[in-house]
Amino acid sequence: MGAKVITVTSGKGGVGKTTTTANLAVALASLGYKVTCLDSDIGLRNLDVVLGLENRIVYDIVDIVEGRCRLKQAMIRDKRFPELYLIPAAQTRDKSALSPSDMVRLCDDLRPEMDWIIVDSPAGIERGFKNAIAPADIILVVTNPEVSAVRDADRIIGIIESEEKGPAHLIINRLNISLVKRGDMLTADDVISLLAVDLLGIVPEDENVVISTNKGQPIVLDSHSKAGQAFMNIARRLNGENVPLLDLDGRNGLFKMLGKLMREGVK
Amino acid sequence: MTGLMDRLFNKPSSANTARQRLQLVLIHDRANFPAGQIELMKEELIKVISRYVDIDRSKAEIAVENEGREQRLIMNIPLSKENRKYLG
Repeated sequence: MGAKVITVTSGKGGVGKTTTTANLAVALASLGYKVTCLDSDIGLRNLDVVLGLENRIVYDIVDIVEGRCRLKQAMIRDKRFPELYLIPAAQTRDKSALSPSDMVRLCDDLRPEMDWIIVDSPAGIERGFKNAIAPADIILVVTNPEVSAVRDADRIIGIIESEEKGPAHLIINRLNISLVKRGDMLTADDVISLLAVDLLGIVPEDENVVISTNKGQPIVLDSHSKAGQAFMNIARRLNGENVPLLDLDGRNGLFKMLGKLMREGVK
Repeated sequence: MTGLMDRLFNKPSSANTARQRLQLVLIHDRANFPAGQIELMKEELIKVISRYVDIDRSKAEIAVENEGREQRLIMNIPLSKENRKYLG
């Protein structure tokens, strides 16, 4: 049938694109699919360390495109799953080493072998971003509930629409429930209505993400963590399942509390 | 609990401030029309319009607004009461 290509992008750096890419790839692989993830951030390779595969790199994406190796030689197999592969970015080149048509061709070569191809985009709105969205069937925009990340997400969504690659799907990452309750963080509903796009998932702030990244073991492998569950739910939604949002207890906290009072009465 | 008290007493939270600032910033970003330029345009328009009719300059408003993903320029320029005198 051929794989679906998903590109994970954001505009602003540091909002969790690479973490999202790694976790969705691992989640889909754990559901039994054949998955290749592709790091298109040339010069700033990172997906390898987040997946814990940094010691096994021999060839990279630019080596494939420039014909120094075969496609299969640059695909690093993640031994935790039968069919999860990484194609790493080149570390010593820049974004001009790849073109959008290189990316389309590379993904077309991979499609027959895979169920999912997940492309990690660099930050920004220039060449690297254009490369990353060129082969995409589905584009995921990752943002955090804060002003600069939301503003940049809006720019990116506008560009995705004007390139007729839309509609973009939104992932709100690092929602801090206690800040939301205090009224000191935008709610998920605020972000959704500001950006006027469809929500794919909300990932709560979770210190276990830092720990799992330290170890090179994506958080989705830890089924007890809220962030891990959130990423697994997003993967299942991509797969067409109807999975309700996690109860993060951060939305409509006031109304929930009043509702509870009214149901229970004052004792 | 402070969040609840603030909301009950209608004290603006920093999240509300963020939302309101973003609403404006996104409007100007999408239209590629910075807020400062709108002010300049407003001054010029007021000059032109006042050549033809007396207007209440202090109440003149001009803004880009969102309707869904569509953007429009909204002008609201009240005529001054002086005009009515001449008419009546």
